[in-house]
Amino acid sequence: MARGGPVGSRWTGRLLDLYAGLVLLYLFLPIFVIVSYSFNKPAGKFNFVWKSFSLDAWRDPFLYPALVDAMKMSLKVAAVSTSVSVVFGSLIALALCRYTWKGAGPINLLLVLPLTTPEVVLGSSLLSLFLQVNAPTGFWTVVIAHIMFSVSYVALTVKARIRGFDWTLEEAAMDLGAPPFRTVLKVTLPLIAPGIAAAGMLSFALSLDDFIITLFNAGNQVTYPLYVYGARRAAFPPQINVLATTILVGSLILLGITVLWQNRTMKEAMTK
Amino acid sequence: MAGIAAGGGRRSPVAPYLLVAPGVLWLLAFYVVPTVTLARTSFGPADAAWYDGYQRAFTVYGVHLGRSFGYALAATLVCVLLGYPLAYAIAFRAGKYKNFLLGLVILPFFTTFLVRTFAWKTILNDGGIVVQVLGTIGMLPEEGRLLNTVWAVIGGLSYNFLPFMILPIYVSLEKIDRKLTEAANDLYCNAGQAFRKVVLPLSMPGVLAGSLLTFIPATGDFINAELLGSPNQKMLGSVIQGQFLQVRDYSLAASLSFVLMVIITIMVLLYARALGTEDLA
Repeated sequence: MARGGPVGSRWTGRLLDLYAGLVLLYLFLPIFVIVSYSFNKPAGKFNFVWKSFSLDAWRDPFLYPALVDAMKMSLKVAAVSTSVSVVFGSLIALALCRYTWKGAGPINLLLVLPLTTPEVVLGSSLLSLFLQVNAPTGFWTVVIAHIMFSVSYVALTVKARIRGFDWTLEEAAMDLGAPPFRTVLKVTLPLIAPGIAAAGMLSFALSLDDFIITLFNAGNQVTYPLYVYGARRAAFPPQINVLATTILVGSLILLGITVLWQNRTMKEAMTK
Repeated sequence: MAGIAAGGGRRSPVAPYLLVAPGVLWLLAFYVVPTVTLARTSFGPADAAWYDGYQRAFTVYGVHLGRSFGYALAATLVCVLLGYPLAYAIAFRAGKYKNFLLGLVILPFFTTFLVRTFAWKTILNDGGIVVQVLGTIGMLPEEGRLLNTVWAVIGGLSYNFLPFMILPIYVSLEKIDRKLTEAANDLYCNAGQAFRKVVLPLSMPGVLAGSLLTFIPATGDFINAELLGSPNQKMLGSVIQGQFLQVRDYSLAASLSFVLMVIITIMVLLYARALGTEDLA
């Protein structure tokens, strides 16, 4: 008998597992290509066809200054927009989870709307605003755009994490004579910190990866995705793959750390 | 939700408004206001008829509009067919490996969207293994290749938005009380009936959410069409982008963008009503 879900005979179960395995393989196919082609020595300027194994790109990852500048620009945009959107989003999440008030419904709707709008529409609407007020597009307009779409993700992520928390702990701290500021610092923040960290990582990753909205509002600034987009015409060096692989490994490590940390805070919260 | 009630659900007249103020003002200024300016831009300069942009949008670019929705619909279907069984296998058959497998589902998406799509260019390349294998078994499309065909574009769209389908379906399957399927078995349902009558209906909210999360970005996407397709597969997003950034025909571009948004909003509402899930938020 199959445990849990209704799966007919053992054969149906096996077939299902096989199918699921194949879908997982499909998900990973491009990743194998990205990682292995970082070790390719392409014949021409375009790293699209396998030629021979080489460590050249890994030895010299910063060979193309324009690629390095684009990466720096992406990191700068992601850092600024994440720090702002994490504050804005977490405050919204706190307001939604801690208080019963009339504004909660409309605000939930306002948070979901940007997520159900295609990126082309988000990007072009913002550009039409910037054109209307004659604001030159560049670094700051990209940051404004990234904060806009990140706030929703941060608010919803933090909200999902802190929904079940016991806010009476705060009251307890205040009853014991802690001033409000200390209560926030010693009780509220540690409780919601893991949620905020997860939201921050999500916001950072989304910013680093965003292409369409950025394309509309970047002016002549170039972020990493915009560089890759331009590379389809000029040259597609394996250094692009090296960077993509590094980002993949970096986010894996970060993810591992936060998961461990969250498990620990959860356990602490449970035992207390 | 119980947590809020237990926490006392404080009633403070000003505090929540103060807390949400910065974020909400930001969304009003850079989401709501731009939507209004987009509409205004679409009505064009004073010397042209207000509907000029829309007229050209439908007459010249109606085909791109239809294509975008067609491709997005096809990609959404592919995602259900690929994603549902995987989500099902993880939810019901993975045991203690559940979280690990979910991690595997998300992992590929830690690489940049554009680089991933370029990788598909390599995989589907004319001289590549995939084309050779399909050629040997006689399953290549009539163009004799995959790259620059509609198949590559729909494949790329399905690939890039698949996790948005898998995760909501998984969440809804995971929530199903295992006692219900046992009860169905006790009442002499066979496995197929138990699936059709119990599991499938209960997982529909997940399928609905996943379909919207796949369909909406897919209609607006133009990267897959640009990198994996030929000009014959050009999608509406490309046109909007080109008109806004290169041609600078703002009223046409804004009309196209606005039409896309309105159609999607209507479809989302109809779809939600048809499936009986009105509380999308």
